[in-house]
Amino acid sequence: MVKTDTIAAIATAMSDSGIGIIRISGEDAVAVADKIYRSKSGKKRLVDVKSHTIHYGFIYDGELLVDEVMVAVMKAPNTYTKEDTVEINCHGGVLVMTKVLETVLKNGCRLAEPGEFTKRAFLNGRIDLSKAEAVMDLIHSKNEFALKASVSQLKGCVSDKVKSLRDVILYEIAFIESALDDPEHISLDGYREKLEQKTLSVRDDLKRLIDSADNGKLLKDGINTVIVGKPNVGKSSLLNILVGEEKAIVTSVAGTTRDVIEETIKLNGIGLNVIDTAGIRDTDDEVERIGVEKARKYANNADLIIYVVDASRKLDENDEEIIRLIADKKVIVLLNKTDLEQIVGEEEFMTLVSENKDLRIIKTSTKEHVGIDKFECAIKEMFFGGEIVVNDEIYITNGRHKEALIEAYESMKLVLKSLADDMPEDFYSVDLMSAYASLGRIIGEEVEDDLVNEIFSKFCMGK
Amino acid sequence: MSEIREQVDVCVVGAGHAGCEAALACARLGMETVIFTVSVDSIALMPCNPNIGGSSKGHLVREIDALGGEMGKMIDRTFIQSKMLNVSKGPAVHSLRAQADKAEYSRAMRKVLENQDHLTIKQSEVVDLLAEDLPTDKLSAVEGHYVKKITGVKTYTGAVYEAKAVILCTGTYLKARCLCGEAITYTGPNGLQAANFLTDSLKSLGVEMRRFKTGTPARMDKRTIDFDKMEEQLGDEKVVPFSFSTNPEDVQIDQVSCWLTYTNEKTHEIIRANLDRSPIYAGVIEGTGPRYCPSIEDKVVKFADKERHQVFIEPEGLHTNEMYVGGMSSSLPEDVQLAMYRTVPGLEHCKIVKNAYAIEYDCINPDQLYPTLELKRISGLFSAGQFNGSSGYEEAAAQGLIAGINAALFIQGKEQLVLDRSQAYIGVLIDDLVTKENFEPYRMMTSRAEYRLLLRQDNADLRLRKIGFEAGLVSKLEMDDMLAKKYLTQKEIERLKNTSIGAAKEYQDFLVSHGSAPLKTSATLAELMCRPELSYEALAEIDKEREWLPDNVIEQVNIEIKYEGYINRQLKQVEQYKKMEKKRIPSDIDYDAIGSLRLEARQKLKKMNPVSVGQASRISGVSPADISVLLVYLRD
Repeated sequence: MVKTDTIAAIATAMSDSGIGIIRISGEDAVAVADKIYRSKSGKKRLVDVKSHTIHYGFIYDGELLVDEVMVAVMKAPNTYTKEDTVEINCHGGVLVMTKVLETVLKNGCRLAEPGEFTKRAFLNGRIDLSKAEAVMDLIHSKNEFALKASVSQLKGCVSDKVKSLRDVILYEIAFIESALDDPEHISLDGYREKLEQKTLSVRDDLKRLIDSADNGKLLKDGINTVIVGKPNVGKSSLLNILVGEEKAIVTSVAGTTRDVIEETIKLNGIGLNVIDTAGIRDTDDEVERIGVEKARKYANNADLIIYVVDASRKLDENDEEIIRLIADKKVIVLLNKTDLEQIVGEEEFMTLVSENKDLRIIKTSTKEHVGIDKFECAIKEMFFGGEIVVNDEIYITNGRHKEALIEAYESMKLVLKSLADDMPEDFYSVDLMSAYASLGRIIGEEVEDDLVNEIFSKFCMGK
Repeated sequence: MSEIREQVDVCVVGAGHAGCEAALACARLGMETVIFTVSVDSIALMPCNPNIGGSSKGHLVREIDALGGEMGKMIDRTFIQSKMLNVSKGPAVHSLRAQADKAEYSRAMRKVLENQDHLTIKQSEVVDLLAEDLPTDKLSAVEGHYVKKITGVKTYTGAVYEAKAVILCTGTYLKARCLCGEAITYTGPNGLQAANFLTDSLKSLGVEMRRFKTGTPARMDKRTIDFDKMEEQLGDEKVVPFSFSTNPEDVQIDQVSCWLTYTNEKTHEIIRANLDRSPIYAGVIEGTGPRYCPSIEDKVVKFADKERHQVFIEPEGLHTNEMYVGGMSSSLPEDVQLAMYRTVPGLEHCKIVKNAYAIEYDCINPDQLYPTLELKRISGLFSAGQFNGSSGYEEAAAQGLIAGINAALFIQGKEQLVLDRSQAYIGVLIDDLVTKENFEPYRMMTSRAEYRLLLRQDNADLRLRKIGFEAGLVSKLEMDDMLAKKYLTQKEIERLKNTSIGAAKEYQDFLVSHGSAPLKTSATLAELMCRPELSYEALAEIDKEREWLPDNVIEQVNIEIKYEGYINRQLKQVEQYKKMEKKRIPSDIDYDAIGSLRLEARQKLKKMNPVSVGQASRISGVSPADISVLLVYLRD
């Protein structure tokens, strides 16, 4: 179905180029961008600016800084799609572009279908007639490619799981509907309790799948990792070890305006996108504070925080503050410099961080390459339960799939709400049907006559 | 040999529930109309179940009534028991069902037909459709376009009726064949004469025919039934009429009872032991039967784990001893039927008046129709009811009404009436018929209506009265009734949304006494109504400014406020849906010129010739990507 709502997508190649562009098109494009944009002074609003102007500033996800950007605002009709269009020029790299896109999507638009910008451009009269064929072919090939790609990602247990959840949901809808259609033959007495159990179980299964989607994304896009710690604790050495002698760096973009280095490292097949504070030239007098500031800035956005501690020095208030900041994150603490005399012991440290359930402590010596293997194992355990091999097909890696799962999950929550509000039974099937349709999109199946068939095959109806 | 030759506007072939509505609509819109029937005694016959309405079918009757059709008024006059089904469920699935006095219903409708201006009843079998070729060009040679124009009909006796439009409502009569075990008769329902010629005429005009089957249970002599062994089923204490024009006081009558009993393992044993004598299981029947009213044989085979099936014993009328045995239709031989029925508690000594039988008949695949119910290949030829592959009196009447209205509009050269899926169950019914693949007689079901929270039986007048009025079938008085209901409802909702009460003791006490949480801050009356334990009626005590309102307004106010969230969600979905419905596809579109369509989609689109992008998107085999391609192409 073609929609005329506001859409967004990454417009540049999903590669690690210097600059990435996120394009938003549609009625709410400027409003959406305005919600997440902050100018340097904090005063400028994108909704007030002239058309076809470009603005320096920052993208914020709530209070969290995502990236430093240039935003081009172009109002209809002189744009590619002939709709209001905003292009956010951010730093290149899969990680940053994805973060910016996710922030955009969270604020009132949806992910564009393959070829949708071009389609809109055409539908709105932007592209002339001679290109019509090309546009149509493009839509088709992109759709087919996307479908193939998405289906191939779904072999095995994930699609089985989605199918079995759909079966459960469909059975319940069919039961409700057959009772509505034939109340004298089929009774709904005592059904609410049963449905509540089923709904809870489906909802929980969906939650697990959504979580696995995060894992799948981690496999595909890498684990966003931040190395924090005070200067001179061994962060640079750690990075050098991880990168390896042969410089197995996939990307190394020194931010011209940002004060971090982003590296993508393959560690036993698992990608780590490392935002490293090691590359900073510390010229400031308050060098100790810098480690704290970095932790504050990046901790929220990270999948994993590597906190490097110099175990040969006493902990100070800066360490305490870092510990507070990372209290609810996945953290690996490296008690480094085991080659020197130990001032900070593992047990002592443990008492400081006992609140954090997602934390491992590993003793290392970056100088002597001790403990690095344990460190790698810890990552695997923390993110993949230690069992999963890379490229296993259990994970949902596709953003669209995740979107559909979340929709289904929300629908199941609405069913529970209807149950809690003591709504009549026919209201349950409204949201059950939405969940069923959402899940159908994952495996490329439409609703069609599934329901009617299920009713007749499972329930004895009629005169 | 001299033959009769007459000129009329419309010929309606068949006088069942579809034919009656079609003929009345045409005549009332000023068309000179003839309605043909093989027997005037079978006008508005109910050859199967003795009731009208039921889940979703009750909605259809209400909608027919709102548009100015006759069925609702007729059943209000001739019912003998009435029940609102699903009252414990949401308002969208409340559905009215009434037991009819069959003979009275038929007589009442015949009287209306006989006294209708511009309408003539003719007892005669139509054997031939007269049509002329339209000039062909490149496109009309393609499937799904007019190649002929209807000019009239010819009867068995040779009379010719020239007409500008013809509406086929042949029910189950075309090449009908009834089966009762090994005994086969070539008759229509109830032993009536079949129509054996029209199928060939249709085929020669290029119409593709198919064969469906349905069935009906036995009728018993009431005196031989032991009702003490059954559970009595009473009608509602307060009866609600079907028609918006019926005075509710007129339907508070003495009602008769229905009775409930059950099959048992013995019944099932007899059936299983004799399956080889069932024409269906023996392969004698070729037609496709409906899954929703399976024969008792089907139920026993398909739901083998069920220990018993319900059996409803329903009166066929006040002046007959015949009782309908709902739930036990069958095509088993007479002796097996009797043995099987006699295993059911209360039927041990029953005598059968009419045997159960299965009936096979010719009909069309309705994908040959436009949503106006006109055949795509034959201009001026409309059809409705079982001929279109549907099933049920209400489904038939609904199509008949639309076909009738459209035949008149066609003759007048006006834009025809198509209700969409968000407007009416009738819209869902016809869209499903003409767009989706149907492999069995189509029955309306509430689950088929995706916007059913909006398509309620209580607001059918609000949805459709205006359309009926504009078409010319609804009176000014009826229209004004609807407008008053609408106005009062809106005004009252506004008042409830703008009236706040504070946390005064009087209110808190009221809430607590109704098991409702006390207020922390002030709330509007509308907000309080949204609480499950409260309603408009319950708030009377604390709603001092309230004025008297009619019941049907209070009902609307309650529903619109209590379910506002759900209703608004559906309204949003409807908005999306409408966008695609509004994108029309020109009838001369050349799908071969759209290179990027997948082959399957192209073939389907060519065959179906959908009128809108919305309809195209519902054709099976047409993918969302094909729709995108189509949209791009249509931009030209």
